[in-house]
Amino acid sequence: MYQYDTIDQTFVQQRVAQFRDQVSRRLAGELAEDEFKPLRLLNGLYLQLHAYMLRVAIPYGVLSARQLRALAHVARRYDRGYGHFTTRQNIQFNWIKLAEAPDALADLAAVGIHGIQTSGNTIRNVTTDELAGVAPDEIEDPRPWCELIRQWSTLHPEFSFLPRKFKIAVTGSPHDRAAVRVHDIGLRMHRNPAGEVGFEVLVGGGLGRTPLIGKTIKPFLPKRDLLSYLEAVLRTYNLAGRRDNIYKARIKILVHDIGADAMAERVEAEWAQLRDGALVVADADIARLAAAFAPAPYAPRSPRSEAVEHARLTDAAFGRWLKRNVFAHKVAGYAAVKLSLKPIDGPPGDATADQMDAVADLAERYGFGEIRVSHEQNLVLPDVALDDLPALWRALDALGLATPNIGLVSDIIACPGLDYCGLATARSIPVAQHLTRRFEDIARAHDIGKLHINISGCINACGHHHVGHIGLLGVDKNGAEHYQITLGGRADEHAALGKLLGPAVPYDGVVDAVERIVETYVRLRQDGEIFVDTVKRVGPTPFKEAVYVAA
Amino acid sequence: MSLLKDGALAQDPWVAVADDAPLPEDGAPIVSLARWQRDRAALRARNGALGVRLPNAAPVAAIADDLDRLTLVALEFPKFNDGRAFSQARQLRERYRYTGELRATGQVLRDQLLFMTRCGFDAFEVAKGDPVSAWANALTDFTVFYQPTGDGRPTAAALRRAGG
Amino acid sequence: MTGQIATANRLVDGAVVFRRADGGWGLRVEEAVVIADEAAAETLLAAAKRDAAAALVVEPYLVEVDAAGAPTSYRERIRAYGPSRAFHADVPTRHP
Repeated sequence: MYQYDTIDQTFVQQRVAQFRDQVSRRLAGELAEDEFKPLRLLNGLYLQLHAYMLRVAIPYGVLSARQLRALAHVARRYDRGYGHFTTRQNIQFNWIKLAEAPDALADLAAVGIHGIQTSGNTIRNVTTDELAGVAPDEIEDPRPWCELIRQWSTLHPEFSFLPRKFKIAVTGSPHDRAAVRVHDIGLRMHRNPAGEVGFEVLVGGGLGRTPLIGKTIKPFLPKRDLLSYLEAVLRTYNLAGRRDNIYKARIKILVHDIGADAMAERVEAEWAQLRDGALVVADADIARLAAAFAPAPYAPRSPRSEAVEHARLTDAAFGRWLKRNVFAHKVAGYAAVKLSLKPIDGPPGDATADQMDAVADLAERYGFGEIRVSHEQNLVLPDVALDDLPALWRALDALGLATPNIGLVSDIIACPGLDYCGLATARSIPVAQHLTRRFEDIARAHDIGKLHINISGCINACGHHHVGHIGLLGVDKNGAEHYQITLGGRADEHAALGKLLGPAVPYDGVVDAVERIVETYVRLRQDGEIFVDTVKRVGPTPFKEAVYVAA
Repeated sequence: MSLLKDGALAQDPWVAVADDAPLPEDGAPIVSLARWQRDRAALRARNGALGVRLPNAAPVAAIADDLDRLTLVALEFPKFNDGRAFSQARQLRERYRYTGELRATGQVLRDQLLFMTRCGFDAFEVAKGDPVSAWANALTDFTVFYQPTGDGRPTAAALRRAGG
Repeated sequence: MTGQIATANRLVDGAVVFRRADGGWGLRVEEAVVIADEAAAETLLAAAKRDAAAALVVEPYLVEVDAAGAPTSYRERIRAYGPSRAFHADVPTRHP
């Protein structure tokens, strides 16, 4: 994986020093809150309900064991012993003190991580497939390109005061695990008829108040042109994006208003001026980055492990975990393992400092010291030898990280909601907890099969409810928490927005409503049909009846 | 307002002239884009320095043909977080090779000074308050730059290539 | 009857605080001075804003409380008493 060199290290330390000065000016009263707020936000520091919240970028979801230990250290020393992994492959600490924030950032800078551009109207942390570099279906590892984008976008002098925030996602696989169709820019690597690898560029996707699926404006962009083309898109947006209304300021509104063709033309005109300039990706530069992500020193191994076969036959719990949480690897004899941060009755995406330290140890013992964060708010050990799976499973089970529910009904994606967030209108975490208890029976969850439930505590949609198979959106109705239900959303290569089922249901009724929806699916499904496909085939009516007539 | 130029407070020789006001006989006037477009021929024929203030919603192309005649272009930051002029500045410097004074006006904050400089601004109308040393220091917060702009600062990638 | 209290977050650590009768800021909603009439509430808010200008607290505002002195809105109860459940060992929650 990419390691900071002295240049990156110098930069991030200078950033901490700059922020330390800004914080001391604020504490001394030299900066007023309205002057300081944009500065702290550009370092990922929010003021939430109970305290400051620090959002730390995990570049494209890749962490070293050392970095994960640093996150554990921050959780323990500056927070209350845990952190929350987000749908954008970041981590949030909920109980940070302003006076200590520079120290926390200095400790993180020492291992090459920071909070830069995790907020503000800037280019945010670029995200990608949590199985990048190890997925068997991958066309090319997107991580070197993500790192290239990370560097190009870091304190970009032209694009630090955009009309609104800007999110870029990259996938190198035909099966899209990075949700590129619901990002401001989605980059999909693919091969053209000549066999060259390049990027399909989608723009104008996004969730929030106005959910839209991105439109292709460049079917095939040669790799050397990636940065110049991104700069052309960003410049077009920076100049033409609306600034009169915060809710209409994202690039998706611009694309929607002028149309994808006109957007493509404008970008093309700007790009014509930039494409052969200083941003051409030099072979040496990308080769240097590709070398940083060179395949790990895998040992030759049998594609079949006797240890796994034995454990599978003798231990049903191991078998369930193997089926749900272990994923194919491009190298024979290895697997990628997802660590569930969705225990029954747990807050989705949370990990304690002790868990983080233990996972760092396991990443070194059963891998090459690397950990991934998935946008589903789970962790991944990407390089586990098959023979090690039984031992790893026992270790994870002891840590509460082996719930065999990846992709199942209890693998719920949820934002922090009203328990922490200053923007929220309703709680998310307790709803998720109630749902995991209702579907606690793991055999039942396995029978229900693949089902994504996404919960957002407000219209800003941090829980990505629009693209959940079942989406729950918290709203306030006469001072009481209610939840709108959407069905049929998905974030993958068949990206679709869920459709509203009917009136919002009260907090106390939401778990029953979801259960009736799930039971309706079980009753109506055909062989091998997953939830979202049944919804597509039969339409909303039976689900409406189940929720609103039976109630 | 003070004028910050070359790292120091400077006397401002320029005078902003309202659209309906007569042009001063001598001195250096800054006119609006609207006036420039209205009186273009007469203004071009005038002797001496000329400046235009370009709104941030106007395309830079509106003055592209006149950059040989202009000695100052003023760009606007109506609020610090309205960043359109960053793009206009780079277009002026890098596409149209404008070499005259490029002035930042409006809400110009010291924490943005480095970004502005990197985009090609070389003069700044700043609110009175912060000591000049604070403005100077704002330019030295960073020595590492990841993006090639027209400012000539070596990028991280260039340093790596040079360092092998 | 209902009344109003002034709340804010403390600048230095972001903690939720409530303005007391003595002009200081307390960490517990029970310490808050409860104001019954609008004119006094405006005075209270003005005082709180002076504390914000003096870099003690951030973004003060008034909150409605019930006869028992508990905030009436769900959001404000979560601010006053902590997250609605103890998600982790060290999460401060004391919902009545």
